[in-house]
Amino acid sequence: MENIIEVKHLSYRYGKEQRPALNDVSFDVHRGEWLAIVGHNGSGKSTLAKSLDGLLPFTEGTVTVDGLELSPATVWQVREKIGMIFQNPDNQFVGATVEDDVAFGLENRQVTREDMIPRVKAAIEEVGMHDFAQREPSSLSGGQKQRVALAGIVAITPSILILDEATSMLDPLGRHDMLELVSKLRRDQKLTVISITHDIDEAANADRILVIDDGQLVQEASPAEIFALGEKLVDLGLDLPFTAKLKAALKKRGIEPPTNYQTMAEMEEWLWQSLSNT
Amino acid sequence: MSNFIFGRYLPLNSVVHRLDPRAKLMLSFFYIVLVFMANNLVTYGILIVFTLAAIFASKISLGFFLKGIRPLLWLIVFTVVLQLLFSPAGGHVYFHWAFINITQYGVVNSGYIFIRFLLIIMMSTLLTLSTQPLDIATGLSSLMKPLRWVHVPVDTLAMMLSIALRFVPTLMDEATKIMNAQRARGVDFGEGGLFKQAKSLIPLMVPLFMSAFNRAEDLSTAMEARGYQDSEHRSQYRILTWQKRDTVTWIIFIIGFAAILAFRRW
Ligand SMILES: Nc1ncnc2c1ncn2[C@@H]1O[C@H](COP(=O)(O)OP(=O)(O)O)[C@@H](O)[C@H]1O
Ligand SMILES: [Mg+2]
Repeated sequence: MENIIEVKHLSYRYGKEQRPALNDVSFDVHRGEWLAIVGHNGSGKSTLAKSLDGLLPFTEGTVTVDGLELSPATVWQVREKIGMIFQNPDNQFVGATVEDDVAFGLENRQVTREDMIPRVKAAIEEVGMHDFAQREPSSLSGGQKQRVALAGIVAITPSILILDEATSMLDPLGRHDMLELVSKLRRDQKLTVISITHDIDEAANADRILVIDDGQLVQEASPAEIFALGEKLVDLGLDLPFTAKLKAALKKRGIEPPTNYQTMAEMEEWLWQSLSNT
Repeated sequence: MSNFIFGRYLPLNSVVHRLDPRAKLMLSFFYIVLVFMANNLVTYGILIVFTLAAIFASKISLGFFLKGIRPLLWLIVFTVVLQLLFSPAGGHVYFHWAFINITQYGVVNSGYIFIRFLLIIMMSTLLTLSTQPLDIATGLSSLMKPLRWVHVPVDTLAMMLSIALRFVPTLMDEATKIMNAQRARGVDFGEGGLFKQAKSLIPLMVPLFMSAFNRAEDLSTAMEARGYQDSEHRSQYRILTWQKRDTVTWIIFIIGFAAILAFRRW
């Protein structure tokens, strides 16, 4: 499979910090895949994401995005290919209204106003925010602001979408809607998605999961392999899903639940069956 | 605080609301010039009619206006009283004690100052009530454009202004949250002497500033990720278009200007 991003021996150290935030990290991202990156707080996930977009001036290692090696000379070209969504919905909303915010990236690229108007409109429609085009950010929910951020990215048509804990400040429903939207955009726009997350459902959407700890890549696996770890998921920096918490509680009472990963519905089914057997 | 309307925006659909913010800003300055040119009953009469007509056209009720201006009344009364008591000698002296002089000149003058103040406050309140802060910012930066020639970073200033406006509600919300959190920990806001009140602001200001700095850092990263390099090399999504109604309003003002020139005492 073709690689859209190649990272080789990447290291980064903030200022005079003793410990490197990233320590000799190497991995590839395949074109069109959904890659999840998990790890504890402070393990270096955001540092890694920013490095990919040339937002941090790493000194060791190389990052190649779509055939372009990241350097001060290529950084703006690389940013054409990457759209990033950050954790806090408020701190990335630049425009005064939804429309203005979606237009922000286009204005930076000096797109003419005639071209901007249809592109802004289409992007807002794509994320289902057409009824809110004139709204100010203070009248939107966190989930709606993240949708607007996605529209801003759709408008500039990058090939890679990086989500840095983009759903972590949303309520469960907002989180669910956001993931659905990302899945839809990924299909429509043929995006490669890199999602950094603590959310088990978001990680479950991925084709592949990378586990990062203390600035180092410690594991690479499929969701099924990772979720088979059960309670040890917490050690990887994932929030234990409800079903896993339930299993732990059952074990404590001497009831032996199945060990493989189960969805809510499967768990419910199993519970019904074992309850009616007794 | 809640009935203090100076500087607030009141969304209504009126011709005044729809005027180009550039026209409104320029006319507000022009209006102040007119107010200072008026110097007798006729010219002030013209201005009062003018102002009432503008308020009427904005569909904002006069009562709402007067109620909103009330908090500023003290400022006006204070200035007028000063003027009344300490104006230089001139005309008939009504009252004299130590260095206090109430003269005919002083009475007339303070009457005029009262009207001037009131008119200017009414018109600038009308400006902010009928124009969104964002539009004021857009209008201001558009009017400042010629300053580019003397290397004033107009576009950067405009960007800063628009982001500042954008974050006002966000930081207000945050301040409320912090205040509630600190109240729950036993901090009293707005109680005790001046020193105690100022001190009680520390547990509000420190977290608020820390959060604002974090936000600023996040925001700059997000802006850069979205391709922002500098404010000069950007296209504009939001533009202002001069309409016929703007020209018409200007013509009305110029007629008013001519009338004031004709009737003022030279
Ligand atoms: N601006 C910064 N200055 C100094 N140290 C930082 C800065 N940002 C992050 N770090 C440190 O770098 C490490 C990795 O941080 P980060 O990439 O934000 O982790 P994550 O996103 O996985 O929570 C942490 O130890 C953190 O304290
Ligand atoms: Mg992070």
